[in-house]
Amino acid sequence: MYRYNEFDDAFLAARNAQFRAQVQRRIDGSLTEDEFKPLRLMNGLYLQLHAYMLRVAIPYGTLSSDQMRQLALIADKFDKGYGHFTTRQNIQYNWPKLPEVPDILDALAEVKLHAIQTSGNTIRNVTADHFAGAAADEIADPRPVAELIRQWSTDHPEFQFLPRKFKIAITGSPNDRAVTRAHDIGLRMVERDGEAGFEVIVGGGLGRTPVVGKVIRDFLPRADLLPYLEAVVSAYNTLGRRDNKYKARIKITVNENGIDAVRDQVEARFNELRPLFKGVDQELLAQIEAHFAAPEFAPRDEAPYALAYANDPVFRSWADTNLAAHKAPGHAIVSISLKAQGQTPGDATSDQMRLLADLADRYGHGELRISHEQNVILPHVHKSDLPALHAALKPAGLATANIGLISDIIACPGMDYCALATARSIPVAQQIAERFDALKLEHDIGPLKIKISGCINACGHHHVGHIGILGLDRAGVENYQITLGGDGTEDAVIGQRTGPGFAYDEIVDAIERIIRAYLELREDPGETFLAAYRRLGAEPFKAALYPEAAKKNAA
Amino acid sequence: MSVIVTDIGFRADDFDGDIIPLAEAAEAAVSVELAPDADPQALVGRLTALKLIAINFPSFADGRGFTIARQLRRMGYQGRLRARGHVISDQYAMARRSGFDEVEISAEQAARQPETEWMFRADWQNHDYQARLRKD
Repeated sequence: MYRYNEFDDAFLAARNAQFRAQVQRRIDGSLTEDEFKPLRLMNGLYLQLHAYMLRVAIPYGTLSSDQMRQLALIADKFDKGYGHFTTRQNIQYNWPKLPEVPDILDALAEVKLHAIQTSGNTIRNVTADHFAGAAADEIADPRPVAELIRQWSTDHPEFQFLPRKFKIAITGSPNDRAVTRAHDIGLRMVERDGEAGFEVIVGGGLGRTPVVGKVIRDFLPRADLLPYLEAVVSAYNTLGRRDNKYKARIKITVNENGIDAVRDQVEARFNELRPLFKGVDQELLAQIEAHFAAPEFAPRDEAPYALAYANDPVFRSWADTNLAAHKAPGHAIVSISLKAQGQTPGDATSDQMRLLADLADRYGHGELRISHEQNVILPHVHKSDLPALHAALKPAGLATANIGLISDIIACPGMDYCALATARSIPVAQQIAERFDALKLEHDIGPLKIKISGCINACGHHHVGHIGILGLDRAGVENYQITLGGDGTEDAVIGQRTGPGFAYDEIVDAIERIIRAYLELREDPGETFLAAYRRLGAEPFKAALYPEAAKKNAA
Repeated sequence: MSVIVTDIGFRADDFDGDIIPLAEAAEAAVSVELAPDADPQALVGRLTALKLIAINFPSFADGRGFTIARQLRRMGYQGRLRARGHVISDQYAMARRSGFDEVEISAEQAARQPETEWMFRADWQNHDYQARLRKD
């Protein structure tokens, strides 16, 4: 894990002192609310429906056990004893008081955490594959590069007042778990003729205008990364629209100017910027890489795992869904679900956080990860420790065997918390999870991603859900539209709308009709929902969703 | 009366001459003002003759001026570079790091954000990630 040096510590202390002064100046009136707003946003502080909300960065999704314990302490001391993990590898506290926020930031700084640029029209917290450094299918660990980007983007003088927010994601694996094609810039680590570099994707995004990102450079040599990123963001700062916030993201800039014109401008600016980076950034990267050296994976007897797997069906079910392939023999990546059926997706209590930290120390080299799917990951666990880990998770409500299944739902905070929301999303997620749990169909249905957004801004990523649900307001009544066939992986696809939406009390039944149609139509249990949808198209699912219309057509 | 902010605090404007919007300025003008949507390439060939370039910030939320300033410096402009308009003290370090020498604010802005607030960020050369990544 990255260890702060004196520079990082001094920077963070100075930054927190600046924000403490800004809060004071807002209170004494020398900053207007208009002027204070972008300053608090670039320090992670939102004004929500009921209170302020503080969004804390978990850089590239990596946490140490000590950092997790501090997050728990902050939840207890300054909030209501829990935190909410988001779809961009952040944790949100929903009830901080403004005068206390500088103290929270100081408490975060004690463990080298911060809330810098988790909001505002600036470069946001860089996200990465949550299995980084552990996955069997990885080409290279993307986290050192992500840390370099964090340092480059932090307090970048040119990019604190961009036309709109700017999100960067990076993956080091060909199987894209970081949704790089739905980011303003997506980076995929690739190799060409033995040379390491990046495929650079630009202009992806969800929101009210979902767009799959386009390749702007198919191979960027590794040492060119920072000047190239700077060229893209600088060109965007010049070209991006400022007359309409709904048309201000780089995806619109690319659509309106064309990818070729944007590329020309980026390349011209890159040629100016490249000579200014004289290699010290690459030396720094080499130092950062040393911080991310993998722990020592000692070989041990795997018999306890095999025994539990053979004899304990509950453990077996959990192991089948919640483990992923690790690069080291005898080890596994453990996803711990924060989606217990009926609970709020992504919420963790302070007790749960402390338990997770302790278990990371005991079984996982003190490391944790937060996924954009709002779950917690222990990236390095030896298989022989899995039965004990599972047993420790169970009493804390953390042993739900549903990773990648129908109840592992991404949901935005929705109308329960968010000032922008037009409908509830959390209760819809809870009811879907409970319905299929009661029907005992979850494991039979198999891999399925449901994603729910409570407004058109699409924080719940519904466009890339295999089943997407978008909650809208229709003349004061909640109405839920369904999209099908979305996919957030390397084959990114935006889901297609099925037709008219459903009322709050109809949406769970509607989802069940889609699922029953799938179970009927699939070739065999090995054909996933997404595969069946791609084979069959939308029609049979629409027929199941709108039986009245289907009857009319048949007549 | 506007106020000029530099690393040593507030002072009156000591620039002797009119600062004219680029579109209205004669070819021989030595001090011009650029709008935030200006293309600095328009000044190619004139940079050595220019003594002062002011870049207008219509709103502190419009960050295009920072990009223009850095472009001008990369093009080799060595004269005085001024950020002018709605700039707040919290942006002083950004302005200096982007290549501006000074900020020009209104008397009203100077009254609301007094000199001490600007001087708080006169340490703009400290704690600068960019400088670390680009040093020789």
